[in-house]
Amino acid sequence: MQETTKGAHTLVDASRLIIEGLARAGADSFIGYPITPANLLYAYSSQRMPLMLPAPDEITTIQWMTGLAATGKVPVTATSFPGFALMVESINMAYMMELPMVIILVQRLGPATGTATCGAQGDLLLLKGMISGGHPIPVLCTSNFEDSWELSEKAVKMSVELRTPVVLLTSKEEVMTHKSFQLDKLNDIIPVEKKYFSCKDKNNCIYKSYGGDGLVPDFLPVTQNDCQVRINASTHDKMGILQHSNDESMANTRRLEDKNLHCLDNYTFYDYDEQKGADNLIISFGITAAAAKNAVNKLRHDGIKTSLLIPKTLLPVPKQYLEIIEKYSRVVMAEENINNQFGDILFGMNKPEKLRFVGNLGKMITPQQIIQEVK
Amino acid sequence: MTIHTAILNTDSLPFCKGCGHDLIAKNTAKALEKMGYDPLDVIVVTDIGCHGIIDKCLNTHTVHGLHGRSAALGAGIAFGVDNPNKKVIVFIGDGGSTIGLQHIMEAARLNLPMTVVVHNNFLYGMTGGQTSGLTPQGFNTTTSYEGNPYAGYDICALSHTAGATLTSRIIGIGDYSDKLAVAFGTKGFSLIEVMEICPSYGVKLNPKRKLKEIVEEAGREIGEWINKRNAFENQQGRKTNNLFAKVPDIKKVFNSYLKHPMSIILSGSAGEGVQLAATLLSEASIRSGLSVTQKGSYPVTVGVGFSTAELNLSPEEILFHGIDVPDVVVITSADGLAHNKARIKNMKSGKLFIDSSLTVPETGAEIIAHDFRSIGARDASIYGVFYFALKSGIISTESLFKTIEEKGLTDKLPMEKIKVKLAEA
Ligand SMILES: Cc1ncc(C[n+]2csc(CCOP(=O)(O)OP(=O)(O)O)c2C)c(N)n1
Ligand code: SF4
Ligand SMILES: [Mg+2]
Repeated sequence: MQETTKGAHTLVDASRLIIEGLARAGADSFIGYPITPANLLYAYSSQRMPLMLPAPDEITTIQWMTGLAATGKVPVTATSFPGFALMVESINMAYMMELPMVIILVQRLGPATGTATCGAQGDLLLLKGMISGGHPIPVLCTSNFEDSWELSEKAVKMSVELRTPVVLLTSKEEVMTHKSFQLDKLNDIIPVEKKYFSCKDKNNCIYKSYGGDGLVPDFLPVTQNDCQVRINASTHDKMGILQHSNDESMANTRRLEDKNLHCLDNYTFYDYDEQKGADNLIISFGITAAAAKNAVNKLRHDGIKTSLLIPKTLLPVPKQYLEIIEKYSRVVMAEENINNQFGDILFGMNKPEKLRFVGNLGKMITPQQIIQEVK
Repeated sequence: MTIHTAILNTDSLPFCKGCGHDLIAKNTAKALEKMGYDPLDVIVVTDIGCHGIIDKCLNTHTVHGLHGRSAALGAGIAFGVDNPNKKVIVFIGDGGSTIGLQHIMEAARLNLPMTVVVHNNFLYGMTGGQTSGLTPQGFNTTTSYEGNPYAGYDICALSHTAGATLTSRIIGIGDYSDKLAVAFGTKGFSLIEVMEICPSYGVKLNPKRKLKEIVEEAGREIGEWINKRNAFENQQGRKTNNLFAKVPDIKKVFNSYLKHPMSIILSGSAGEGVQLAATLLSEASIRSGLSVTQKGSYPVTVGVGFSTAELNLSPEEILFHGIDVPDVVVITSADGLAHNKARIKNMKSGKLFIDSSLTVPETGAEIIAHDFRSIGARDASIYGVFYFALKSGIISTESLFKTIEEKGLTDKLPMEKIKVKLAEA
């Protein structure tokens, strides 16, 4: 990072890292609607993004973003549950249209408006089922300042490379807390490159929204006039034409599920701090990961062997997590809700005996709480 | 390049016999062809409704979104196109205009370069002929057999007052391609409401009524309304700032005597410098080689009530930043005391710095009462952190003075008064 003197510290918040990271990765527009605790992200975007527009509501937000994406832009927004709930149908639309965008979801305490200035980790189950049909939408979750930078880059790349909306999941305590931080520790970010459709026969150019070799169609913006583009949120065939439920259109809908699952290995991010000979595994992510790290340090200091798994790709769930869990006789999951949402996603109603849960409502989980469950 | 001149790829459109939507599509095609548009310079955004099934018959780019959202989706495209030779056209129904009214108003207010064609057939056709927000009073629908008891919106009046460059209303009979061409040729936002009737529900439920009469009885004037305005231009963002450029580097030039992590709460009243004091303490601590976390809390009405800052200082990297029971609390006003009473009560050790005007609360912490407010309420909290630095020895007061200097705040804060008071303390 050429901007700072080597080794010098700064006082920054994660919102700043996220927006700068997204912009460097190639995000070029921000549509905003105010909501605590996402307002810093909006404020920074207004200084940073080449195109910034204030929307009159969150449905408009995603509609504008989708329109921009159809012209070749990579738009971003930031919201919290009340706004996100309004966006759900429109995110489904962008998903069906295979248009890239990043939605930063800053979790706060619910239900409903809940408490705007209180953190939480309560929206994961909503994300799990938010696409009608249960198709997976990628969710990357930040667990520290480095993630705010690196996962922002990954979110942009994933959304462009897979042509899908991506949710960057964070929470109030992560994006509104200032920390001493060395900016020169951050990796350089190289902007994402879009794969554009090039037509082989200029005299008879036919662009199919799907039909190439891979699972992901190439881009073709509606701003060019070489070849007709049909973008459709209704069930559609390869030409982008509305169909009821014929074989071709069903194959297309299946592909939407497949492309996010089959490409998952390229977008599987997690930290696994394995201690040889440990029987205990702590799993935590998001804001609670910091407490989990403290807990692991203390346990190890006290001679209790413990490993730590911090999942960052939360959805779709990479297979590696269950493989890691398999190796331990005691597993403690810590997340700031009272129903162990990631545990639910991993195991459903069939939670293994060895699984213990540490949760909280309206309050950050402390390292002591986690230590108690391990001991 | 595939050269089409025809906008439509077929004459037989997928609507019921006699449906007004058929005429709108054909007149649209005729207008665009007369204007000489290459179909691929036109982007047609369609809504969900009977009119929206026109997509497959068009040689233009087509974008088919959600019910009621096409005006917003089209607006997004208009923002991104940024080319006056392209044409964004939105096809929407009276139903879509009802659920998505806000989107139309917004596009008109911003005067975006696009045309919205409202297919007003007085009811929700696709879902079975229900009453919409644009159904005229007295008009029969499948959900009001006795006639709609309420008057509908005048979408043209709304569009015009919201700021559309051109708004017009026409009866959707015959060749009205010239009227559409005027709308399509408008530089800013244009909306054209085409009055039509749905044979399958509208005609059936309102036998013998003529379209023109219905429009007249509803008081919907046929006409054209103009606002003289410039089309939308992207005003914001062209100049972008690297968000790291103005973040100050803080170099370690002082030492700290802190050996273990310490949690600190500063609390006072809004407008009394609490958050600034916290930033000064944080930056001075970084200057002294410590790791720091800092967050603020205050009521949503930021100008009144308490203002609290929570800090962690540590010689090592800080992971968990939550504070349950703090090690140090600095209270400079009654608001601050009230907001932190429970936490102060839970302190079994540590230090409570408290303004001497306040009643000392129940606590296990060591009490250090001092007249922080004597420096003036506005700077009470800032003086509080100097006093804390002096008494705790965690960081030097010089590191705080240096921080103030680096931030260019020397003239804004009572430096001399602070020095005198520290010398007395
Ligand atoms: C959010 C949402 N609500 C309801 C519907 C169901 N729906 C589909 S078409 C339609 C009515 C369309 O009426 P209009 O816009 O007037 O078009 P027309 O069919 O009359 O051309 C409705 C309500 C939907 N698709 N989405
Ligand atoms: S139902 Fe009515 S609006 Fe729909 S196509 Fe038939 S006539 Fe037209
Ligand atoms: Mg209708």
